[in-house]
Amino acid sequence: MELLNTFIQLLDSTVRLSVPLLFAALAGLYSERSGVFDIGLEGKMLAGAFAAGAAAAVAGSAWAGLAAAVTVSIFLALVHGFASITHRGNQIVSGVAINFIAAGSTIILGQAWFRQGGRTPLVGAEDRFGAVELPFADALSGVPILGPLYSDLLSGHSLLAYVAFLLVPFTWWVLFRTRFGLRLRAVGENPAAVDTAGISVAWLRYRAVICTGVLTGFGGTYLALAQNAGFVKDMTAGRGFIALAALIFAKWRPVPVMFACLLFGFLDAFSIRIQGTPLPLVGQVPVQFMQALPYILTVVLLAGFIGRAVPPRAGGVPYVKER
Amino acid sequence: MSAPYAKLPAWADYGLIPLINLFVAFLVAGLVVLLVGENPLRAAVILVEGAVGRGQAIAYTLYYATSFIFTGLAVAVAFHCSLFNIGGEGQAYVGGLGVALVCLTFDSLLPWWLTFPLAILGAAAFGAAWAFIPAYFQARRGSHIVITTIMFNFIAASLMVYLLVNVLKPAGSQAPQTRTFLEGGQLPKLNWMLEAMGLTVRSAPFNISFLLALLAAFLVWVLIWRTRLGYEIRMRGHSPRAARYAGVNEVRIIIVTMLISGALAGMMALNPVMGDQNRLQIDFVTGAGFVGIAVALMGRSHPAGIVPAAILFGMLYQGGAELAFEMPGISRDMIVIIQGLVILFAGALEHMFRPTLQSVFASFSPRSVGIEASRGERA
Repeated sequence: MELLNTFIQLLDSTVRLSVPLLFAALAGLYSERSGVFDIGLEGKMLAGAFAAGAAAAVAGSAWAGLAAAVTVSIFLALVHGFASITHRGNQIVSGVAINFIAAGSTIILGQAWFRQGGRTPLVGAEDRFGAVELPFADALSGVPILGPLYSDLLSGHSLLAYVAFLLVPFTWWVLFRTRFGLRLRAVGENPAAVDTAGISVAWLRYRAVICTGVLTGFGGTYLALAQNAGFVKDMTAGRGFIALAALIFAKWRPVPVMFACLLFGFLDAFSIRIQGTPLPLVGQVPVQFMQALPYILTVVLLAGFIGRAVPPRAGGVPYVKER
Repeated sequence: MSAPYAKLPAWADYGLIPLINLFVAFLVAGLVVLLVGENPLRAAVILVEGAVGRGQAIAYTLYYATSFIFTGLAVAVAFHCSLFNIGGEGQAYVGGLGVALVCLTFDSLLPWWLTFPLAILGAAAFGAAWAFIPAYFQARRGSHIVITTIMFNFIAASLMVYLLVNVLKPAGSQAPQTRTFLEGGQLPKLNWMLEAMGLTVRSAPFNISFLLALLAAFLVWVLIWRTRLGYEIRMRGHSPRAARYAGVNEVRIIIVTMLISGALAGMMALNPVMGDQNRLQIDFVTGAGFVGIAVALMGRSHPAGIVPAAILFGMLYQGGAELAFEMPGISRDMIVIIQGLVILFAGALEHMFRPTLQSVFASFSPRSVGIEASRGERA
């Protein structure tokens, strides 16, 4: 029973830690499937988190925070689009730029507006996306095994966490069952064909990066208003890059993206859990190794040792209409 | 029929366009200063004065510039092969390990001028080794170098924290850093050079690795434009297919380019580790690897552009510190924004003003943009 409880707690924190990864990775999925590489997920999520924290603190409403986060993230996504779609600039360079702009401006503006060393003021519980109890969570908690699974693991997460997991089937549906999704995937593989069919490559890609902006805004809001009570400087702490790793690990497919995020979330939760305690067989594992593991796994995957990750064919290549 | 990338005169291409891009980047940065509620012009004056106003400030500016020359060259060499080495940060961090190991071993045995060459080799070897794995995976297995080098930055950070906390930290010490190097592991300062010019420098970490950086810049120019290897690198960068057709061994070129790039990034560690702090500390790179991207883009991947660009960023770093002192609303993170804006406007949006400029030039002198020729055809 003790073991089961520990296990459920571990899974519970796995879910919590994988939600921001999931938002960011799904965000990247839209953009990259349309042929626009985006290493600026980190920056957009960070800017979103700042906007969410600032707006929620000023307006006193979690929804205002979410709206601000999504607006700011979409703006940065459009900057990325403007550079890489309209002006056919280097997508990697543009992504790097957005990461720096977000990292610097969140601190500068945060300090200038709130004067708390780059933080936003603490947001009260009522202005955050707090825990949502699923129906019958209390009543069922007495049932052995299934009870704790339901009431501790499935119930009691933030509303945004449920949104994140519902977005997985939704994204699958959009990408593989709608006209928009078909065209989005096509424009990432062969933009010339899409262009020949009379569909605007630029407009499709712009819509894709807007989707990315919306989702990174959600991810940032989750960090600032569900996991924490406000924005703290550099609060994404590389999660945007882990999400990128998850996206590659999942070979740019929605359902595997969820499992990859859960895996990386689990590694994170596990390394927090085992800090200082030796494991059977291997002895003490350094925390730093656990922290580096998602990155190591991604490198190994990319090198083709576990299957092969083939990016969308037109990814990273600006589309030049034939002259 | 449109030809948006018709030829501009060289001075416009290499001088005017980068200047316009830079100007716009600073204009937007000025808007951020306005948002914060300060006067951007006053901020600019404080920044420039803080960077070059006194001998002390100039020495600091050049100290920072030294690091950026190395990392800028590292990014630029890879650019010429159309590889984007985002891993300068990690390579410099691991390069620091090479410097530290050499200094810890030899600082009690050898004078600095014997330790220095060994430390250069150590820094270059460790930096290159950290670039080798991404390079090998790119060349042999086709994994995207941008992603692998990003991942290697994080892996380097974890590795170095582990080594400093568990291996390199002297017994009984709390801070995660190595012991301080003895005399034989400390680089001489160059402050006397500034003092010889009549400036006063009280104490600044400006050291001899600045000269090494200038030498490296010259050698990179020789390599890229005056050697067979450099020609192959540029050919691979312009057109991998043409390079393959011409018999260039692509795997070899990718790996060699990345080794050179990693070695240059690694040598950046000499400046802070051996020239200033005289010990290996956590996070001593402090973003210099990423500044290298901005520097390389601004300098258009040419050493003659990279050195001034690095000095400009050195000014921003040093002046930014003064600015933070004078205007409490603006911390040093302002530099990170400027860095991002420079990368955006000089890198990703480098062609934004080109069509406008071309039509302006065309209206003044059609000959310069080749419009005359097409008119002639029609006639």
